[in-house]
Parts: sequence; C-alpha cells; structure tokens
Amino acid sequence: MGIIKRIESFFNYVGNLNIFVKDIFFWLFSGKRNIKNLVREIAFIGIDSFGLVSLISFFVGIIIAFQTAYQLRIFSSEIYIASLVALSLTRELGPVLGALIVAARSGASITAQLGAMKISEQVDALDIMGVEPINYLVVPKFISLVVSMPILVIYADFLGIIGGYIVGATKFAIPFHFYFKMTFDALVYKDIVSGMLKSVCFGAIIAFISCFEGFRPFSSSDVAKVVTNSVVRSFILIIIFDSIMTAFFYFIFI
Amino acid sequence: MIKVIDISKSFGEKKVLDKARLTINDGETFLIIGRSGAGKTVLLRSIIGLIKPDSGKILIDNEDITYLDKSRLNKIRKKIGVVFQGNALFDFLTVEENVGFMFYQHSNLSREVIREKVRETLELVGMRDIEDLYPYELSGGMKKRVAVARAIIYHPKVVIYDEPTTGVDPIAVDKIASLIEDLHRKLSTTSIIVTHDLHVGLKLADRLAFLLGGKIIFEGSQEELKNLKDERIIQFMKGSSEGPIKETEV
Repeated sequence: MGIIKRIESFFNYVGNLNIFVKDIFFWLFSGKRNIKNLVREIAFIGIDSFGLVSLISFFVGIIIAFQTAYQLRIFSSEIYIASLVALSLTRELGPVLGALIVAARSGASITAQLGAMKISEQVDALDIMGVEPINYLVVPKFISLVVSMPILVIYADFLGIIGGYIVGATKFAIPFHFYFKMTFDALVYKDIVSGMLKSVCFGAIIAFISCFEGFRPFSSSDVAKVVTNSVVRSFILIIIFDSIMTAFFYFIFI
Repeated sequence: MIKVIDISKSFGEKKVLDKARLTINDGETFLIIGRSGAGKTVLLRSIIGLIKPDSGKILIDNEDITYLDKSRLNKIRKKIGVVFQGNALFDFLTVEENVGFMFYQHSNLSREVIREKVRETLELVGMRDIEDLYPYELSGGMKKRVAVARAIIYHPKVVIYDEPTTGVDPIAVDKIASLIEDLHRKLSTTSIIVTHDLHVGLKLADRLAFLLGGKIIFEGSQEELKNLKDERIIQFMKGSSEGPIKETEV
C-alpha cells in the first residue's frame, strides 16, 4: 500500500472512530438501559478479570520489591522498598498493567464477540427489531469497563503491595506495621487519584477500540487479524495516553 | 404492497443491483431467485432498510422507505419479520428471550404474558418445552424454527425468509418448506422467500422474480415462467453448466 493510501486509511479510521465514540456518548445519555445486560457485562469484564489481575499484580509487587532492594541495599535503605512499591504501583504500574491485562483478555473477547455477532447477522437482527446495536451492545460494555477498571486497579495496587511486603518481611525482616506505615506515608491522595483517572481513561480506550474493531465490516477469515489489531491498537493508545496523562499530572495537576 | 423501483447499488467498482424493479402484492408468496452472488441478499437488505440504494426507491404500503430517518423506518419495520440465513439468534439469550425479544424491548407486558406468547408461537412452529434452552443447545432445524417464531411473534404483515433451507439436512428442508407454507396460510401474511433452491422455491411461490447480474430478468407467475423462452432461465431451471450463463457470471 502506497504512503498516500496509508495516510488516507489512517484518517478514515480516525474519522470513523470519532463518529463511533460520538454515538456511544449519544446513546449513553439518551438510551434505555437493560440492567440484566449491564450486570452480565460487569461480571464478565470486571469480576472474571480478578483472578488474572491478582496473579500478575501480586508477582509484579514481588518483582519491584526485589529490583528496588537490589539498588537500595547499596545505601542500606531497604526499608524504602515499601514506599517505592506503593508509589510505582499506584501511580503507574497498577493502572497500566491492569489496562493491558483487561485489553488483552476482555478487549480481545469483546472484539471477537461483536465480530461474530456481526458476521452471523445478529447485529442486523437487532437493527431490524428496532433496537440500536450501539445502545444495546456497546454502551453496557463501555459502562462496565469504565466502572470496573478503577476497582480492578485499586485491587491490583493492594495485591502488589502485599507482594512487596512478602519480600520485605521474608528477605529483609521488615515488620508488618513498619512496612505499611512506610507505604501509606509515601502515598498522598493525588497518587491514588491520578491512578484512578488513568484507569477510567484506559477503560474507555479499551471499550472504544475493542467495540469499534468488532463493529467494522470483515469476513470470518479476518477474525484473528481483527482481534489482534484490536489488542495492539488498545496497547498503543494506552501507552500514548499514559505518557500524556503522566506529563499532565507532573506539570499541571500534581 | 412492496414496490421496488429501479434500485441500483454498487460496492466500489462492482455493481450489485442494476435498476432492479419488482412488485410484491399483499398476501402472496413471492420468490426471489438467482445464482449465489446475483444480488438477492443486497436486494433483500435494501427492502428491509439495512442498505441504502444508490438510486431508485422502495415503497412499502405506498410509503417511500428509501431515505427515511431511523425512527420512522423502525415503525415501518414492525410490519416486517425477517428470518435470517444463519438464523441470527442471540447466543447469550434463551429461546424465550430470543423469541420474545420484541416484547421485552418495546412493550410493558409482564414476563408471564410474554412467556405465554412465546409458548404459543413456539407451538405454532411445532416446538415446545425449549423456552429455557440456549441457541447452542438446539439442532439446525430447531434453530430455524425458533428464528421463524421470533419473526412472526408480533404478527408482521410481511415475513421475509433469507435462504431458509441453507445449511439444513434434506428432511429438515422439506419440513421447513411445509412450515413456511403452513404459516403463510394460518397467518395470512405476505411471504418473501430469497433462495437459490429452486425445488423449495417453486413448491411455495405464487409469483417469482429471477435476478441475474443485478437485474430482474423475469417477474411473473409460475405459469408464465414455464412458457418463457429465455435461455438463461431455462439453463438455471435445468441446473446446467452449458448455456448463456457462464461460470463467472452471477
């Protein structure tokens, strides 16, 4: 594909995504909500992700603790493991890792599900029966992701801190109360708030990209490619927005 | 009455419909027939407003639906029930929720009342005690019947069947054909059948249209079809590879 075609295709993509996002917000505030549908989505996107998020964040906590201890022991300051684990998790790693996990797990699944529904004419069936597909299928996923992400991130932060504590307690004999005092002394509410804002933003990005990719016309032979695109594009946007928001919080907000 | 007046539709360079024109009268079983890829599905999707034609218009009961806004179009669509080729049952809903979907979405009826309507409609298509099953628990023939039940539960004036016999075994094909015939008689609907299965189509149709290369090359009764001397249609009826329609031509 020539460079002109690529640029044209990029702007087409951005334009169509923009219209799609506008439609989501339109239906978010004007559509009728189906509670059963919403609960099902929250269960799938939020609750079912807890296991994977637990596993990864716990081990990431352990890894950060070891990596920081490796440097801090030069200055005999291993006690600061607690502060560094807490700060790096709440400000950065919790939201980003949580978002990457959810994008890979739930985002991929959303794209595949919507794509399969589109191919099997279920989306057309909704349309024919006077039900707006974006309102019925996409908005509940958007709400679930935006609501679930901050909860998952707080949970991921907590488990990461526990992981760090296990290293601190077993390897460096840091007492429980002292470890958690150092953890909470280092954290200010803005750390938590910035992490939460990031997670809400990442949840929205995952919803926009995974649903948009699933709704684009494609044939059954393209499902794998489209799902891969969905995950890769979510990852890229999450990292780009993370950089922008981190810079924003650094220079302006915090 | 449904009137399709000179509609054309292209996808990129490919012209799929070329000034297609036909009239479907109230209460008749109308067959749209043609080779795979001839434009049958695009024609059908245009009739139900899923595709906007590039030119021409579609009248349903004398109302031009071609460029209607969504809310007005949805009101017209309530006159039409559609049985999709792959059934298009919602995987995450039970049979009851699928069949009663229109009522769950657009009415204030209680669950008990909707359940009763679903039960009655399922009996009409020869099914019972499957309300709590999910689509993946049903056989191909059962899915088709559930899809038919979903399309007729709100008593539409027109029922459209898109390739109703594709992907089902020969015995189920005959049963589905009988079901369509039976429902047409009982519900006094207009039935539109889009298929390339000549055997089933001719068994059911009062009138038919033959689509070739995006054009309607014949519209009329079965009698008129039999007396026709068009080599292309004769070739299609015989199912022969020899004749004016080449392999690459749809």
